[in-house]
Amino acid sequence: MDLQLILFILLSAVAIISALGVVFSKNPVSSVLCLIVTFIAIAGHYILLNAQFLAVVHIIVYTGAIMVLFLFVIMLMNLNADIEPQKRNWMKYAGVISGGVMFLVLLAAVRDANMPALSTTSTDIGLIENLGKTLFTTYVVPFEISSILFLSAMVGAVIIGKKD
Amino acid sequence: MPIQYYIFLSIALFCIGIMGVLMRRNAIIIFMCIEMMLNAVNLLLVSFSKMWADAGRVDAGSAQIFVFFIMVVAAAEVAVGLAIIVMMYRNSHSVDVNLLSRLKN
Repeated sequence: MDLQLILFILLSAVAIISALGVVFSKNPVSSVLCLIVTFIAIAGHYILLNAQFLAVVHIIVYTGAIMVLFLFVIMLMNLNADIEPQKRNWMKYAGVISGGVMFLVLLAAVRDANMPALSTTSTDIGLIENLGKTLFTTYVVPFEISSILFLSAMVGAVIIGKKD
Repeated sequence: MPIQYYIFLSIALFCIGIMGVLMRRNAIIIFMCIEMMLNAVNLLLVSFSKMWADAGRVDAGSAQIFVFFIMVVAAAEVAVGLAIIVMMYRNSHSVDVNLLSRLKN
């Protein structure tokens, strides 16, 4: 058993356990903290897959910006008490069962797929130099369009959040 | 290491996200589960990028650019979605999505 497999199993266990914590914890603040742990584990997976730049961006954007925004909104609404009404129990079971059935169907679909194994040698495809070259030559138009998307999202958020 | 492991992990994270969306009534938790599903897809794209880079393709970085754009869209989505949730809380003093059924009848 090589080191890569051990790290994979460790990070996967952390990711899945904390993802279950997001769904099943009663307190929204602990849900957010569990989701941060999941994202850090996923960033570890990115490093294992030679996507170093994406790992850094993932940590900055998700755990640094998005989750802080979530925490900020939860604190703002004073939701840290358990105020979620207890809903009907059979809905909960239906959710678990349909999610599990989806899991089994997808698992059975890809189990016998014939795909090459990942090699343990490292590639330099995820370095910022190569990614920047690809982003600013082949994908420069989507890059500019995404800036327009950001602008419209900003305008939309301000208009929705305005009082009155 | 077989790439199936990464596919299984992504499927597990995605299905946990689906489970959360179906089970919980808190709008913020539902939103966080959607983020988790997006991240499962991102992980799958990165592992396929590594697979094609191992096979010697020079354009294997495109998958990582795609992940980059998904992160951009997710950030924009969070900004608008949290504004909507704050607005909903301001109007009804609750984030329970069951209250948002005025269009049903």
